[in-house]
Amino acid sequence: MTADGEIIHFDNVGLRYGTEREVLSDLSFTLFPGRFYFLTGASGAGKTSLLKLLYLAQRPSRGAIRMFGTDAITMPRSRLPQLRRRIGVVFQDFRLIPHLSAFDNVALPLRVAGHREEDLAGPVRDILDWVGLSDRIGARPPTLSGGEQQRVAIARAVIARPAMLVADEPTGNVDPDMSLKLIRLFEMLNRQGTTVVVATHDLDLLRKVPDSLIMRLDRGRLSDPTGALRYPPRKTP
Amino acid sequence: MVRRLFTARGAELIPQARMSGPMPWVIAIMVAMTVIALAAGLALGNAVSSAKAEIEGGVTIQILEPRADIRTAQARRAVDTIKTMPGIAGLRLVPQAELDALIEPWLGTGIGTATGSAIPVPALIDVRLKGPATPKALSAIEKALKPVAPSARVDAQSNWLKPVFDAMVSLQLLAIALVALLALALTAAVLLAARTALGTNRDTIEIVHLLGGTDSQVARVFQRSTGYDAAGGGAVGLALALVVILSLGRRFAGLGAGLVDNGALIWSDWLLLAVVPVLATLLAMITARLTVLHALRKML
Ligand SMILES: Nc1ncnc2c1ncn2[C@@H]1O[C@H](COP(=O)(O)OP(=O)(O)O)[C@@H](O)[C@H]1O
Ligand SMILES: [Mg+2]
Repeated sequence: MTADGEIIHFDNVGLRYGTEREVLSDLSFTLFPGRFYFLTGASGAGKTSLLKLLYLAQRPSRGAIRMFGTDAITMPRSRLPQLRRRIGVVFQDFRLIPHLSAFDNVALPLRVAGHREEDLAGPVRDILDWVGLSDRIGARPPTLSGGEQQRVAIARAVIARPAMLVADEPTGNVDPDMSLKLIRLFEMLNRQGTTVVVATHDLDLLRKVPDSLIMRLDRGRLSDPTGALRYPPRKTP
Repeated sequence: MVRRLFTARGAELIPQARMSGPMPWVIAIMVAMTVIALAAGLALGNAVSSAKAEIEGGVTIQILEPRADIRTAQARRAVDTIKTMPGIAGLRLVPQAELDALIEPWLGTGIGTATGSAIPVPALIDVRLKGPATPKALSAIEKALKPVAPSARVDAQSNWLKPVFDAMVSLQLLAIALVALLALALTAAVLLAARTALGTNRDTIEIVHLLGGTDSQVARVFQRSTGYDAAGGGAVGLALALVVILSLGRRFAGLGAGLVDNGALIWSDWLLLAVVPVLATLLAMITARLTVLHALRKML
């Protein structure tokens, strides 16, 4: 029973690392295209783990996951790259490639997807300009500050116009001004149709996106205080 | 085209410096040793087969008779008899002067004058058969000679040289075994290098994977980087080996030893030697690719 227009569907999903207790339990929810989701919860609640399931870095221990209409559990390995290219990820620890310049790090998703070199220079420069790094275009990540690295990571996540953007504490290392600016960037992408999922423990951030839906994790279990997940409201035009 | 996949302006997805290190040198040494062993094997093979061709049809007849006049008469009659036999390609009565020269290094000159008596050296007839010197051919000659030259002893030349041939064939087998072992060691070295590189670049690989890179995209990067290393190392190794082979070849040529002269490498041998680094590079690239693909399959 595919819900109309769903982008992600979790059905009774659980995750455990090794033989430890489950860090995520009984997750059942649907994400709809074009919405802006916040994922909140205390440190250690399982936010990063849930996002890993979303960006296909981890398989669940149990349950069913459907992504973009594909059964993510049973699909062949060879389909993974295609799905991953539709998802932009801002990792909590950035995961920039240290020996590549900011430009090459940001260009990576486009190169992986086979874009021509002459087509990617413009967009990469634009996005680096947007996050305020046009003067650090040739710098390698180790020479950048934490906040600068985070902005490179965000630029890389959005450069390929993903159908879904997943960001793990994307404003953790930047000052409030930049934090607001980044959230505006996410909103802009969201208005162009990108589904956004932002994990954060910064409750101020939630108030900055009025239309956002909130999922809360509490020790591996999901609650939706706004009721938005159970009865997803239609996106207001 | 492939280079453009992940990089621009020379930036490498997997840094070259990390993949390099000892790898090209290990490959250079392996290739040098392989080429030298192979060259030795080929040269021995050439020496054996050319010497065989020369000696196979060769028959030596000695007239073992101390009295010079009888010896000379028997030798002349033997030559006349053999000339009329079928299957003879050529024959030559070795002149006395040549025989003296042959034994001179052992006995010195003027032995006859010194001792007052000539040393009875057997007369030698060199016979070349059209076919190989089979026991049947030998006994036919023996039978024909019995009435005319009773002191004749008939030997196939290959009989004398059999131990030499055997030794050369053993050496050749040894060379082949060495080449096989070196190929194995090379594969093992490449495997280890690929594993190490994979370990140090695991983060990069994971990131590329999560950004939607395919296994073969990642494998291609490793394959290419290993290929550069192997090709560079292989070229150095081949150059080293050629220097060794050419200078050794000159030494042997200086010895003037007949067998070694015939062991010179022909053009197809040189071609084979040049193929070694190419094969080593291919082997390295395939090994790297399979190692990486295997490791990637374990990642989600
Ligand atoms: N790779 C891992 N192996 C084992 N345990 C892990 C791993 N990653 C996270 N955990 C555990 O799972 C729980 C949830 O972690 P995480 O998803 O990082 O939470 P959050 O992002 O909300 O802080 C924690 O107890 C953490 O120790
Ligand atoms: Mg986390």
